Amino acid sequence: MKFTLSWLKEHLDTTASITEISEKLTAIGLEVEEIINPADDLAPFIIAEVIEAAPHPDADKLQVLKVHTGNKTVQVVCGAPNARAGLKGAFAPSGATIPTNGMKLKPTKIRGVDSNGMMCSERELGLGEDHDGIIDLPADAPVGVKFADYMLMDDPVIEIAITPNHQDALGIYGIARDLAAAGLGRLKEPDISPAESKFNCPQKVVLAHEKSCPVFAGRYIRGIKNGPSPEWLQNKLRSLGMKPISALVDITNYLTYDMARPLHVFDADKLQGDIVVRRSKAGETLSALDDNDYILPDDACVITDDSGVIGLGGIIGGASTACQDDTVNVFLEAAWFDPITIAMAGRKLGIDSDARYRFERGVDPETMLPGIEIATKLILDICGGEASDVVVSGKTPTISKTVSLRPSRVGHLGGVDVSEEEIIAILEKLGFMVSRAQGKLDVVTPSWRCDIDGEADLVEEVLRIHGFEHIRAAPLPPASRPITVGLNDMQKRVRMAKRAAANKGMREAVTWSFLPSAQARLFADLKPELVLDNPISTDLDAMRPNLLPNLITATARNMARGFKNIALFESGNQFSNDRPEGQSLVLAGIRRGQDSQKSWANTPKDVDAFTAKADAESILKAIGTKIDKAQIVAEAPSWYHPGRSGVIRLGPKNILAYFGEIHPAICKALDVKGPIVGFEILLENIPFSKSGQKSGNSRGVLNASDFQAVERDFAFVVNRDVAAADLIKALRITDKKLIEDITLFDVYMGPGIDDNQKSVALSVKLQPKDRTLTEEDIEIFSAQAIANVLNMTGGVLR
Amino acid sequence: MEDLQKLETAIIAEITACDDLSRLEDIRVAEIGKKGRVSLMMREIGKMSPEEKKTFGPKLNALKNKINNAIADHKAELEAQALNLRLLSEHIDITLPSSPENLGSIHPITQVMDEVAEIFTEIGFSIAEGPEIEEDFYNFTALNIPEEHPARQMHDTFYLPEDADGNRKLLRTHTSPVQIRTMMSGPPPYRIIAPGRTYRCDSDATHTPMFHQVEALVIDKDIHMGHLKWCIEEFCRKFFELDNVKIRFRPSYFPFTEPSAEVDIGCAFKDGEILIGEGDDWLEIMGCGMVNARVLENVNLDPGEYQGFAFGMGLDRIAMLKWGIPDLREFFAADLRWLKHYGFAALDIPSLSTQNHKTGGK
Repeated sequence: MKFTLSWLKEHLDTTASITEISEKLTAIGLEVEEIINPADDLAPFIIAEVIEAAPHPDADKLQVLKVHTGNKTVQVVCGAPNARAGLKGAFAPSGATIPTNGMKLKPTKIRGVDSNGMMCSERELGLGEDHDGIIDLPADAPVGVKFADYMLMDDPVIEIAITPNHQDALGIYGIARDLAAAGLGRLKEPDISPAESKFNCPQKVVLAHEKSCPVFAGRYIRGIKNGPSPEWLQNKLRSLGMKPISALVDITNYLTYDMARPLHVFDADKLQGDIVVRRSKAGETLSALDDNDYILPDDACVITDDSGVIGLGGIIGGASTACQDDTVNVFLEAAWFDPITIAMAGRKLGIDSDARYRFERGVDPETMLPGIEIATKLILDICGGEASDVVVSGKTPTISKTVSLRPSRVGHLGGVDVSEEEIIAILEKLGFMVSRAQGKLDVVTPSWRCDIDGEADLVEEVLRIHGFEHIRAAPLPPASRPITVGLNDMQKRVRMAKRAAANKGMREAVTWSFLPSAQARLFADLKPELVLDNPISTDLDAMRPNLLPNLITATARNMARGFKNIALFESGNQFSNDRPEGQSLVLAGIRRGQDSQKSWANTPKDVDAFTAKADAESILKAIGTKIDKAQIVAEAPSWYHPGRSGVIRLGPKNILAYFGEIHPAICKALDVKGPIVGFEILLENIPFSKSGQKSGNSRGVLNASDFQAVERDFAFVVNRDVAAADLIKALRITDKKLIEDITLFDVYMGPGIDDNQKSVALSVKLQPKDRTLTEEDIEIFSAQAIANVLNMTGGVLR
Repeated sequence: MEDLQKLETAIIAEITACDDLSRLEDIRVAEIGKKGRVSLMMREIGKMSPEEKKTFGPKLNALKNKINNAIADHKAELEAQALNLRLLSEHIDITLPSSPENLGSIHPITQVMDEVAEIFTEIGFSIAEGPEIEEDFYNFTALNIPEEHPARQMHDTFYLPEDADGNRKLLRTHTSPVQIRTMMSGPPPYRIIAPGRTYRCDSDATHTPMFHQVEALVIDKDIHMGHLKWCIEEFCRKFFELDNVKIRFRPSYFPFTEPSAEVDIGCAFKDGEILIGEGDDWLEIMGCGMVNARVLENVNLDPGEYQGFAFGMGLDRIAMLKWGIPDLREFFAADLRWLKHYGFAALDIPSLSTQNHKTGGK
């Protein structure tokens, strides 16, 4: 909402400075967004008189002017056809900047003749479109005076943000009323004396849907002459950035901004029969004043006559009954429309008009008659003619209601102690009517405050006028009942997992939760319930079923930037359906290239499925997963390479993680050159340790053995399809208590070993708890271990 | 006797002159080894008369000890010489660079969430979460935003298709639905913050279709706006690590709070940068207010018994302010150059002791 300081002062008698006004506006909830004084740009421009105009010696279309600027006379070369001796206009001296094009003037020569400054056109100063000649001021314009001062342009334009509860501030009068309540001046009451009625209104109005339009006031005015509105009105509209159109239109726009009262003027000679205000029928059409044709829904409020729909009530008028320059008789409308009806119709049709903006937030119904009188007066003054009586159809709705306020609530809710007297004074200044009733106040709301709903709204009214700066900070009291504080177990897990991944050398990314549906399809069946109706672009139309695709495409982008070794991870939700339980928390990572940079000290290794496996296991361990109890099986989902990927799971059902090389077809579909390896940790599937919760923070007793540990190495030759895990298992069951650790340190395939076989070397660490092992003990263990391996895997000692 | 004296002088001389550890060992074996000269002489003692034994025995013993000591001393000396000699040859180019480390990093969003969690944990909050695909009820209706409310137009909502029951899911436009879910999950009091992803159908230089918010909700019996102000002041001081942050509350409007306020923080705009804690300008950082009685009624709480406050702010925004990150869009681009520059070390885990600011003295 924009307004000028001078316009505000038409309603507010104040001596406050623009700074004080601006600060007060923000303090009472009408946040000032910008203040622009058009005079600032025009400060160097002064009124000057051409005292001599001679032809340029070397150019037909140019003249050499002697210009008197008040204290000196300068020579200016000018190309304007209307430049002549005696003309008074706006002069820009050397050094001035032309506001519309940013050109800074300096002394120059034009076709060999010195020129110092410039006589300006309206367009150059941003005052209009006229560029046929330079500004030609009346003969009595004072030479040497600032042009902006003479034009009364030293008038700051203030723009405030309007919150949805401040429908009352959508008119400048309402803003003045709020400022007056806040102690910044005195509100001036407008003159709303009725115009003399010369005849009975001949236009009949029928209200056929009272809910959407309960009241409609009309007045016939005959014998008018439309045309451009007077300068003062045009200037007012221009100062707010609006374009003057014609006197009748300008007057309605003026009232919209002055008192937040939208009106409409019909060309009465174009009306056919009675006006009927009713609900629209689906499919009806309207050619509107914005030059668009609209097909109406079935629940808009329409103004109709015998010809059909001639306007959308409270939103926009129709072209068929619009006033033109030759309009002679008009029918002036001031009505009240239901905010919800207006909001829904406006939204469905996509029409943003000043009228809709106000009606959907709630127009003060009590401005209907004052509005019609002020508009009538302006029409009669500007366009002549004579007015009929005002005919009101329907009944003005009652917006006012009584809300109870316990004065103590200002302190209890608002945190500021304000005396009962001050509470009453503030509310009364805002237009509320207050009466004391048994320890509380009965507060009747004014007709312009439809937003007031309950006691808390009144507390806010008192607070904002008393001043939010008086709210005193008070430390939170202890909770009235014990409550849990801090992170829950899952949140701790996520924090640890992220830090563990970063500690492994991966960089955390945060990518969109949506992705192209074509990419989503690579990872899951595309569920219609997960495709956005209104995506920001088709590239971001499906909720991600998986975290990997965004990381893979990010890899491609980083490769294009020249990165060779890439390691990224992300932790976030993926979606398998649109219900809360379809959202699951995953930490996924990808790597491409080598596991380290080139170095003289060590040789980097190409990342492979085992790099991803190590990442996954490392993070799982960091968050306390009992990884020893997990199985690793080659059953990863379809987006992994079928032979180079695996699943880490507890039992057959509970999947903790996937890892492996990304399927080459996926890389190709995502347009990235592989191989890429990755992993996904399904954070919600990992059981929380129950014992940990029972015994609190105790780590248990350390059972360190002082008896010497023994290591024995074995190499077995087994068929190539024997899983290493099975070999380890065969060794481990030999004596689970005695074996502390098994390390697999070599896998060999090649000369000396059959083509379908491999040699696997393992080191077993035996840690006795109660005695030192004898050579015989070890022999017995070894024999049993070798037998187990043979039985379970067919492997033989090499 | 004189023989022994002579022998001693000769042997010690030989030892001292020796410059080789293995030759020194040869000398030891030759003199005091099992079949060494002095050892053999000592064996002869047994055949001597008691008289001879008495005079000769101790002398031979003394000779053996002297030789032993001389060899040990000279051996240590030779070993030291040898070590020095070896060390002189063992020299590396210590300017060779160390093996490169593969550094990972934590995204500023995670870092800011962790910092916020620390600060609010200290003043007694827990952390709540909720679904990102929400129902209209939690995102709008329960928060006192009916279908026709103009406030719905301030939210550019992403919608999903209607389900079989005619319900239309949406991507939550703010973290406020977590308030509703929290209040519906058990009895008051509540002290929660709810950080997370939020979505609006908006994309330009300063808006991204996905961003992050943190919501706070405090509901108890006697909570008023002064408590709200205190919480926000505590947070700003600790988060921005400034002793004196200017904070301004100004009236505003949100359907789910009444009274409502926006919070501005004192700052200076200098050369395209925003400096928090300096200057006379103001920057809006959050919206807040006392939870609207209608919202409490919507979750079956009695507004006559319980009341409290809520606030919400953009996590991306406060991260940008704190760390001087210029462009929001880059947060979600996964550009390694950006992640490297603005990311945090894995071990840089925020804690209360790392959020330095002054307190007390007022």
